[in-house]
Amino acid sequence: MTDTQKNSMAAPGIAQHDAEAVNASQTRELYQARQQIYPKLAHGKFRALKWFVMAVTLGIYYLLPFVRWDRGEGAPDQAVLVDFAGRRFYFFFIEIWPQEVYYITGLLILAALALFLATALFGRVWCGYACPQTVWTDLFIVVERFFEGDRNARMKLDKAKWSFNKAWRKIGKHAVWLLIALATGGAWILYFHDAFDVVQNFLTGQAALSSYLFAGVLTFTTYTLAGTMREQVCTYMCPWPRIQAAMTDREALNVTYRYDRGEPRGRHKKGESWDDRGDCIDCKQCVAVCPMGIDIRDGSQLECIQCALCIDACDDIMSKIDRPTGLITYETDDNIDRMAAGDKPRYRFFRVRTMVYAVAFALVALVMLTALINRTELELNAQRDRNPNFVVLSDGSVRNGYNIKVVNKAGEERVFQLIIEGDPQLRPRLLGASEDAPLSLMVGPDETQDFLLYLTLPADAIDGPREELMFRVVDPASGETASTRSVFVTGAE
Amino acid sequence: MSDNKLEHDDHTGTATTGHEWDGIKELDTPLPRWWLWIFYATIFWSVIYMIFMPAIPGLPGMSAEGDHTRGLRNHSERANVAAAIEALEASRASGFEALRGASIEEIENDPQLLQFVRAAGESAFGDNCATCHGAGAQGFVGYPNLNDDVWLWGGTYQDIHDTLMYGIRTEHPDTRMSIMPAFGRDELLSNSQIQAVSDHVLSLSGLAEANSEGAEIYAIQCASCHMDDGRGDRMQGAPNLTDGEWLYGSERDQVINIIYRGPYGVMPGWEGRLDDATIDALAAYVFLLGGGEDATARPTGQ
Repeated sequence: MTDTQKNSMAAPGIAQHDAEAVNASQTRELYQARQQIYPKLAHGKFRALKWFVMAVTLGIYYLLPFVRWDRGEGAPDQAVLVDFAGRRFYFFFIEIWPQEVYYITGLLILAALALFLATALFGRVWCGYACPQTVWTDLFIVVERFFEGDRNARMKLDKAKWSFNKAWRKIGKHAVWLLIALATGGAWILYFHDAFDVVQNFLTGQAALSSYLFAGVLTFTTYTLAGTMREQVCTYMCPWPRIQAAMTDREALNVTYRYDRGEPRGRHKKGESWDDRGDCIDCKQCVAVCPMGIDIRDGSQLECIQCALCIDACDDIMSKIDRPTGLITYETDDNIDRMAAGDKPRYRFFRVRTMVYAVAFALVALVMLTALINRTELELNAQRDRNPNFVVLSDGSVRNGYNIKVVNKAGEERVFQLIIEGDPQLRPRLLGASEDAPLSLMVGPDETQDFLLYLTLPADAIDGPREELMFRVVDPASGETASTRSVFVTGAE
Repeated sequence: MSDNKLEHDDHTGTATTGHEWDGIKELDTPLPRWWLWIFYATIFWSVIYMIFMPAIPGLPGMSAEGDHTRGLRNHSERANVAAAIEALEASRASGFEALRGASIEEIENDPQLLQFVRAAGESAFGDNCATCHGAGAQGFVGYPNLNDDVWLWGGTYQDIHDTLMYGIRTEHPDTRMSIMPAFGRDELLSNSQIQAVSDHVLSLSGLAEANSEGAEIYAIQCASCHMDDGRGDRMQGAPNLTDGEWLYGSERDQVINIIYRGPYGVMPGWEGRLDDATIDALAAYVFLLGGGEDATARPTGQ
């Protein structure tokens, strides 16, 4: 009996595939050249979810730079902007200065903890749904499918000799890939300058060389990573598959094959009994749809990005042969063992691991939130001159110089009052102010201003080698205040 | 040589090169293709580079600045540097222009100008003055501290400016000039007389007991410049001997030494060596180090 004859005896509408898991580690040789994977289009709830996630993530990426946010006169009105030239990062109502880069650090820590938590609960959901590599590869496969057809057509086309038909399909595919890649690289630079200006300058050849360079590099990486490298990025380049083994455990939900239900697997003819055999009819649909080129029935493996497309493919078959769906499903390793032993599945989302991640996440989020709420629009820095450390004047009095740096993060000019808390005999002289004028410091909107302050201590007031003091600036209008500690060095023994 | 003469390796089927060491034979494995293509690409790139960039030396008359080809881009790193310096000077021009003719009060009351003067002055000071006066203008033995309020030749903006322009004890006709005799070396005073006058000088600021012999010698030899009360005379650059500031040190030995050999501190004049605007910036910078006095006068000729 030939394969075709066998297939014809299968349940109606069930194509038996001779799909091979070309990327499975069991069969892959160490120095084996890459074998092309031809993922078949899947239909089902997870495919729909992935379309939705793709639309949302790509929509955010391409459209976010065009969202406007009014910050008043003189400030950029782009909602999300990394302004290197102006040394500011804008995110809607948040404006971050370079010295506040710890907000970004905090954000990255939050992102990492969220990733850990999600992995401990639901496995590699990031890889399967939201990772740019997954999203863009999915998009590129859509294009590939549009030009070359689904799995079988693509395989046939690749084996076929070169013809006009093959040529225009290939050229069309690569052209559209390049366009998408260019749009991807092009959208990246929109986050660093005013998006509308960049688009106009970019298209008219007026943009900076670096814009073209970055767009070019990202076009190249998008094209190669999503077009030609695909699963190799996840299998060989990405560290996450290695790390996630430490993040997940036997109680985490993973896309898995229920061997307790499926085995022993084997071909099944319509009308045959289901007694003494498993539900898996070895149709290999799960292998055919897999973008990673693996067989999920081999168990959870490093190559699997848990995109859940095999669930859709298998459910489709199960409903056609009137067996319960969920032969491949989100399930925990422990539960599969329990079910194999005839027990009921149990889920424990509150485990030490998940609780630690969740608490750490909450703590970092709380710290970030507190820091953000208490963020002041005023900073004060006082640097004492160290060369010379102190100056002895002709009458024996001692002078110290201080560089007073005032950062005004508000959008308007402010005049601050400088208060020196320390020895009342210290005579201040602010450069540019007369001896008895109040110590007022004028700082422009969104600016940092340096002031030179001299403090002189009369000879008869010197008592000990150094004196502690505190500088304080006050905005009389808002009452906002900032202070910093410093010392006065007398040079006395 | 025909192919069948070549020895082929059994395992790989690759020909050997014929080289053999202790029974180990070298396979004639071709270069990896990716390596080869990069190599070809670099050759291609070198041709492009030679067309567009300066490349071939030893060709007389090929370019104005040297005997090499200039390339289609007419690239010259030297010209780039010159242009960058020009651009930098242009960006500073407005600051220097505002500085020219400004009084020290005008400088102090204009935050932008103040910031410019401090930056430009600090930079010029580091390049030209720090060698002797120290990076923080703190001075060394024989080189005055410019931070304090003690000035040998005056501490107004004008005085500092003049000192900078013409120097001290230089060849310039307007230089600040005075000479203290080398009382010991030139045998104007005996060693014991020098010790006595040293004690008297130290006693002026309470560093030694009064010495009547020294006081007598002082009245004859020193008072004409340092004045009877020892407060000095700026017209002659004669330092005040009663304050806490000692240019050559306040130890008895140091004072004896300086009276014996006579100091002759020289500061170069910077007129013509630095442009006028830089000298203005330096004068203002030194003034603003904290010791500047009577801040109203303007530099001459402005």
